[in-house]
Amino acid sequence: MSAPLRAVLWRILQTVPVVFGVVVISFVLTRALPGDPAVYFAGAMADEQSIEEVRVALGLDQPLWRQFFLYAGDLLQGDLGNSISTGQPVLTDLAMRLPASLELTLTALLLACAIAIPLGVLAAVRQGSWVDHLCRVLVTAGVSLPTFFTGILLIYIFYYLLGIAPSPLGRLDFIYFEPPRVTGFYLIDSLLDGDPETFFAALRQLILPATTLALFTLAPIARMTRASMLTALSSDYIRTARAAGLSGAMVLFGYAFRNALLPVVTTLGMVFSFVLGANVLVEKVFAWPGIGSYAVEALVVSDYAAIQGFVLAMALLFVFLNLVIDLSYTLIDPRIRFAAK
Amino acid sequence: MTHTNRRTFLKTTALGAASLPFLKVMPALAEGRDTLVVVSGQTINSLDLHRVGTNRASYQVAINCYDRLVSFGTKTLPTGELSYDYENIVPELAESWSLSDDGLVITFKLKPNATFWDGRKVTAEDVKWSFDRAVSVGGFPTTQMRAGGLSKPDQFAAPDAETFTVTLDFPSKLSLPDLAVPVPFIINAEVAKANATVEDPWAMEYLHQNPAGSGAFKVARWDQGQQLVYERNDDWVGGPVPAVQRVIVREVPSQSTRRALIERGDVQVSFDIPDRDAFELADKMTVHSTPIENCIHCACLNTNFEPFQDANVRKAIAWAIPYEAIFNTAAYGRGAPMWGGPETVTDTQWPRPFPYTTNLDTAREFLAKSNYADGFSVPLSISLDLAAWMEPTALLIQESLEKIGISCTVEKIPGANWRTVALVDKSLAFHLENFGGWLNTPDYYFFWAYQKDKLFNSSNYYNEEVEELTNRTLHMPMDHPEYAGLIQRMFEIVMDDIPRIPLWQPALNVALNGATDYEFWFHRQLDARPIAGV
Repeated sequence: MSAPLRAVLWRILQTVPVVFGVVVISFVLTRALPGDPAVYFAGAMADEQSIEEVRVALGLDQPLWRQFFLYAGDLLQGDLGNSISTGQPVLTDLAMRLPASLELTLTALLLACAIAIPLGVLAAVRQGSWVDHLCRVLVTAGVSLPTFFTGILLIYIFYYLLGIAPSPLGRLDFIYFEPPRVTGFYLIDSLLDGDPETFFAALRQLILPATTLALFTLAPIARMTRASMLTALSSDYIRTARAAGLSGAMVLFGYAFRNALLPVVTTLGMVFSFVLGANVLVEKVFAWPGIGSYAVEALVVSDYAAIQGFVLAMALLFVFLNLVIDLSYTLIDPRIRFAAK
Repeated sequence: MTHTNRRTFLKTTALGAASLPFLKVMPALAEGRDTLVVVSGQTINSLDLHRVGTNRASYQVAINCYDRLVSFGTKTLPTGELSYDYENIVPELAESWSLSDDGLVITFKLKPNATFWDGRKVTAEDVKWSFDRAVSVGGFPTTQMRAGGLSKPDQFAAPDAETFTVTLDFPSKLSLPDLAVPVPFIINAEVAKANATVEDPWAMEYLHQNPAGSGAFKVARWDQGQQLVYERNDDWVGGPVPAVQRVIVREVPSQSTRRALIERGDVQVSFDIPDRDAFELADKMTVHSTPIENCIHCACLNTNFEPFQDANVRKAIAWAIPYEAIFNTAAYGRGAPMWGGPETVTDTQWPRPFPYTTNLDTAREFLAKSNYADGFSVPLSISLDLAAWMEPTALLIQESLEKIGISCTVEKIPGANWRTVALVDKSLAFHLENFGGWLNTPDYYFFWAYQKDKLFNSSNYYNEEVEELTNRTLHMPMDHPEYAGLIQRMFEIVMDDIPRIPLWQPALNVALNGATDYEFWFHRQLDARPIAGV
């Protein structure tokens, strides 16, 4: 077995206790929440008898330790349980909604990177110039405007006043149907299906929410790019490179930028994991059927299986993301090696 | 054939519902208003009302896709709006019905031409199976059936294919209306049984996603958390066939977004909009604000809390509440006032304004007469789920009670916990509450909200005479000579005892922009059957 592969396996092995911890904590925390799901799901006119019937039907009359072992047993077989509010297996729900959130978040991040990284680099290279000021204004606006406000503002201007944007009705306007499901990403699925009309319809729906999220996420990325570029540009090896007569572009992109990228990638990982859970407000405003609003709805009605499934899915996603980021470090900076850890 | 060609072809061709899910683009949108788009902030979480966990918004599927034996007729309100008519029970799947002389057996004759969506004739066996299911599955449907005196399968019989009988343990005026509420809907029992299992004899798993009925609309598509598409059933015999071919119910959680959509005219109906939007949109489009029958927003005084055991304290609070300010601020004037009514009760109208107004001097007099002349402090609890009306109301009450020496601290309780503490444990001293009864009689309201230990009696109110009067009137026919007198006596007692202080009767607000013939129903869900495009 090659060294990098062994290192990756070792990293995966290390996540087992983390995931186990997440399972226990999410189980205990959901039970500690105020609210009684039996009362909630017994409906508006429930009396004591019907509440009790519901409690038994949900298995909530069992002692807590038994509930946990039943849950853990199901989990080992890959069964996340059934959501009471949607009446479907939690796994099905997550498979429906996670791609919607991922599509939105990834598009927003791509957009944010495409703007923030060049802006950050330029701001560092031309410190004090108008680009630097523009960067500062954007960053300040990005962090200070809450996403739901930006979202509503964009809807007001581009949909309500100008009528350019499509109806903010979720992933596709109601005249289109979902493309055949392969990845769950409408943009990719519609292309795989060879259906450009649905592709553009999905893209049009995506622009406003992705812009909203991008405005919010570009701030930390631009700040970090600028700061790390400044550090890199003032370091000894850049001076050496310049003294050696290397071209400006080579110095900037070959040496400074590559070294500055490391903290940017770290920030990117943090921003991604943060935004995936935090874009619930954007999802609400744009009727986006994502995982954030699913989790919040589950929380409001104390839908235990759904909350636990969400927490677990997020934990696994973060573990995976961290692994990817760690691996990308070794690509960016050959001095970092897994074996060294 | 390429996709584009197929789409162009389908766009210009009339199509049946069966082929709909294979289309990429909904056909015939541009031509006239054959399709209506409805937006709502609530999510439909099941296509089966009987399932445990089915939420209120999902009841609309039982209404639009299934039939009951009987339904309520339509009346025109003084405002010119349409409403269901509790007094007038009309046939849906039943052609006719008769009541035995002792009032214990109701015999229904089914419409001979009624068929399910799969073309099979609706038989009395299907009705029997569906009713057995409603009383057996437990939870909300079973409770609602009990309200009409229907509690066990052996009360239902199917002597022949077109005859169905209900045998009651006692005669009740609530039995027939209770068969017109969404719960006792009739399922295609053959389809359901074919998909039932030993662990799931009532096919809960199957019907949750696959309705099997005879109703006015079929479900063409259901994308959970996103939309539900209704497709008209042209063979419907339960009533006049719907005017529109297709109704799309789209879920849009953000109120601002829903408002932008209806104002732009991209959707035709925005269902259950906040009072504020109803107020602001009223001069731009048709807005229906129908006071919800048998529903009252109340401030409740829990007798567990010592000062509230004193009638003078309760009256002091009732006189100190700033009704008008609350109605204008929290309800934007939508609904009906429930204060400043006549002192004496001469009719059985309900909900009715109680004889209290805002008069701080009277309030102070009552408080001075009590054992708490120096005032006291009490937490005023509200639910975060209902903060839209509860929060402004609570703040105004807090401000006003401060003036007579009662200091309140507003306590916000998360929605998931609200029902447990407010209704089941009944542990909140001073709180806001809104009960609405589906069956529109005052005794039914009293049964849930004023009788001891009943779920909505969150005040822990107990009065021997009210107990007895409610029990006597609950099943008594409304034209019984004693009825009016007994009801009026009940009113007098609770108006004097005032455990629940009525604030106002809330309204259900619906905005229409490109649709007409909206009809209000007690279940507060959209009945898509009468509605038409313009």
